[in-house]
Amino acid sequence: MFNKISFKLILTIVVVAILVFTGYAIITLQTQTNLVMSQVKNFVNTQSETIKNSTKVSMLNNNRELTHEIIRTVGQQPCIRQVRILNKEGEVMYAADTTEIGKVLDKKAEACYSCHASDQPLEKLTISERVRVYRKHPDSTRIMGIINPIYNEPSCWQADCHVHSKNQKVLGVLDLTVCLKHVDQEIASVRQKMVVMAGLAIILLAAILWLLIQKFVDRPVKKLLTATRQVASGNLNYNIPDLGNDELGILARSFNNMTRKLAEARQQLFQSDKMASLGRLAAGVAHEINNPLTGILTYASFLLKRTKNQPEIHNDLQVIVRETMRSREIVKGLLDFARQSIPKKIKTDIHQVINRALTVVENQLTLNHIEVEKKFAPRLPEVQIDPNQMQQVFINLISNAQHAIGSKVGKIKIKTTLVRLSPYGKVQIKQALCPKGHDLMDERQRIDGLPSIKIKVQLDGQEGMVYLDPIYGRNHFRSEISVKNDDIKDIVCPKCNISLIDKEQTCPKCEAPVYVLEIPGKGQLQGCFTDDCQWQYWDFIEKQGPRDYIEIKVSDTGCGIPPEIIDKIFDPFFTTKGQQGTGLGLAVIWGILENHEGTISVESKLGKGTTFTIHLPVQTT
Amino acid sequence: MMTMSKEDKHLLAIDDEQVILDAVKRVAGSEGWQVSTAADAHQGLDLALKNEYDLCLCDIKLPDMDGFEFLEHLNRTNSPLPVIMTTGYATVENAVKSLDLGAIDYLPKPFTADELLSALYRGFRYVQIQQQHQSKPDPNSLIVPCPSQYKKLGYASWCFMDLDGSVKIGLSFLFLKIIGVIKKINLLPMESEINQGFSCAEVEAKNGLVHPVVSPLSGQIIQRNENLIENPEILEKDPYFEGWLYVIVPHNLNYEINHLTFCCQ
Repeated sequence: MFNKISFKLILTIVVVAILVFTGYAIITLQTQTNLVMSQVKNFVNTQSETIKNSTKVSMLNNNRELTHEIIRTVGQQPCIRQVRILNKEGEVMYAADTTEIGKVLDKKAEACYSCHASDQPLEKLTISERVRVYRKHPDSTRIMGIINPIYNEPSCWQADCHVHSKNQKVLGVLDLTVCLKHVDQEIASVRQKMVVMAGLAIILLAAILWLLIQKFVDRPVKKLLTATRQVASGNLNYNIPDLGNDELGILARSFNNMTRKLAEARQQLFQSDKMASLGRLAAGVAHEINNPLTGILTYASFLLKRTKNQPEIHNDLQVIVRETMRSREIVKGLLDFARQSIPKKIKTDIHQVINRALTVVENQLTLNHIEVEKKFAPRLPEVQIDPNQMQQVFINLISNAQHAIGSKVGKIKIKTTLVRLSPYGKVQIKQALCPKGHDLMDERQRIDGLPSIKIKVQLDGQEGMVYLDPIYGRNHFRSEISVKNDDIKDIVCPKCNISLIDKEQTCPKCEAPVYVLEIPGKGQLQGCFTDDCQWQYWDFIEKQGPRDYIEIKVSDTGCGIPPEIIDKIFDPFFTTKGQQGTGLGLAVIWGILENHEGTISVESKLGKGTTFTIHLPVQTT
Repeated sequence: MMTMSKEDKHLLAIDDEQVILDAVKRVAGSEGWQVSTAADAHQGLDLALKNEYDLCLCDIKLPDMDGFEFLEHLNRTNSPLPVIMTTGYATVENAVKSLDLGAIDYLPKPFTADELLSALYRGFRYVQIQQQHQSKPDPNSLIVPCPSQYKKLGYASWCFMDLDGSVKIGLSFLFLKIIGVIKKINLLPMESEINQGFSCAEVEAKNGLVHPVVSPLSGQIIQRNENLIENPEILEKDPYFEGWLYVIVPHNLNYEINHLTFCCQ
């Protein structure tokens, strides 16, 4: 609730509105109050002037009774609190409240203070200076008092009574105090009205805003949210209904467009993955089934030929032959399908293939904010490859990289170079035999994803298996025992224990005994195996000299591959993606590169990223 | 029913499936072949180098050493033994690679007794003709040479790429000579798809054997030589011009052309 955009927006607007309204109300009230007060002052002043003037005649006649009468009558008016006339000495001469007559006021008291602040009293004052507003108790109503000085006039000192002398300026003052109850009530009611109005305005504003935000923001955002959840859960066919032409509408349309493209790309990826694995399956099934089918078909058709004069058997045999032929056609159909996965190599620019692969996965990369950096070598020779299959390789590698990066910010780097490599550390040994013809390749113990070469090393009183690196000269071997130069008794075939050591030769580097492995069709591989030296020499390959390769590195800044599984990543059906992966991606890549006489290797640092390196041979024709 | 020499014919069959070796023994034996068998390529190679065989039938997928390596070994020893490759994994690549490596024929599994016999017959005739040609070239025997711009896959069929992009396909003189007098030819219907290395027509010989024709290229048939159905003898008279089989639109010429060789070689 508190995290919703509508709530945040409305809250902000309401706070601003409250501030604006309050400020406005304060200023308006202040002005109005000032206006009302100055009117009240004028009115009270006029009243006090009227009282002064009405007592003037009785004063001149020195008719004190009449003056008393007038003052008392005035004081009976409801709003007038006090009317007093004081003489110059501060003695109350007349008052509506008769108890006050005769009191002498202190000149420093509130009513007198404005004139008698200094030693020499002032004689003229403006209205505002003569007015004072105060409360008797903190919670009683406000009171306004006004002092009206009674100036000496010729009529005063010429009057018969001769009370006042000619050189007096001020004869006394009229003090009128009025209660402000009504005025204050008026002001309070205005204030109340304004607060109520402002409150209503704010509530109305909030309500209208809420409705508008509901219509234009909340509902479209809710629809977008539902759509993203649907897509996240894998439903790429979800479409957001039309949301109009505003920014959210455009967003919805581009979202729909994106999911459509994603669905297409996923379909393509899924399809090629499926094709590759089905192709392998079909090939395997075809091969396995065709052998027993051959048995049935040859015998049945042979029998058919020889039973032409036995119609009963002949007809039955015909059914068998016909149905076997039908099975043959079914298997052939499977193989036709599998044939699609066999490389059709043509001279191709590798950069074109990489770029095409990038367009396929582009949408997914942009969606995940993954940057792609291409570092292509300027002039690469064309290579003999199947462009579709190599495209598959790059699509798989890039989407693996994307999965490794996940939702973090990441980068994929694709770099191509032309390299000239010595066969040492490059060529894979695919077959190795002992002198008796036993296969030494071990499919279970793999080194960097490749089947290793298994040999047995016998020491004095100890023996153990050694798994040699199938890459010539690379020596990522695995050994069950530690081997010192001078305690090797024999190196033997693990199957028949025949010695693999060439007695006429020692290692040119460490003089340890040298083993010799038969590589069918490709001569012999010689090498030594101790803890410190793993020299190898393969005459057949060395004579071919170094070859040119196109090297393609695909690196990511993703999570990396844990060292304990890095050997298994090229195995079919090995996956870290649970139900989401088939575990065939890298296996298919592996197969494709093998069909192209290329290689793929992997380097990875946990948490830092992974680099796949591909080498494709450049044909020298 | 077949016209073969009465001498003993020796066949070496290499397959890791006993039932297939037995079947070959049984079927070929009925036509007078003496069959030796080997369960893997090493054993087969030993036998092939020690004894003289007329023909070899070899599976491609074998343990340790496969049929291709067997062929390579054989080539390196300059053995004259003609080899027919067979496999349950019958793909274009396997067919083409077999022919590239010097196999004379390619027999996809599963095969019928007749298919096996016709392949063996072709193999045997191939050897016979080669031997005749090498030992005492008969000045009277007519050899129709293949035009220089024609290309071929194996020895059986030729193709000629026309300037308009279409390709004409036909049968080689050697193939016709091997199978003998033709009784009938069965062509595929118009617009059929044909695949390189696979059968694209059937030729029925007078002796009753039916021979498949290996297609040199993949593509779609856009024209058939209808004259051949009426008069199959045109084939023998003029195999390289009048006796063409199909005109096709090739599917993957750039790639498949790598597997072809010049016809006149």
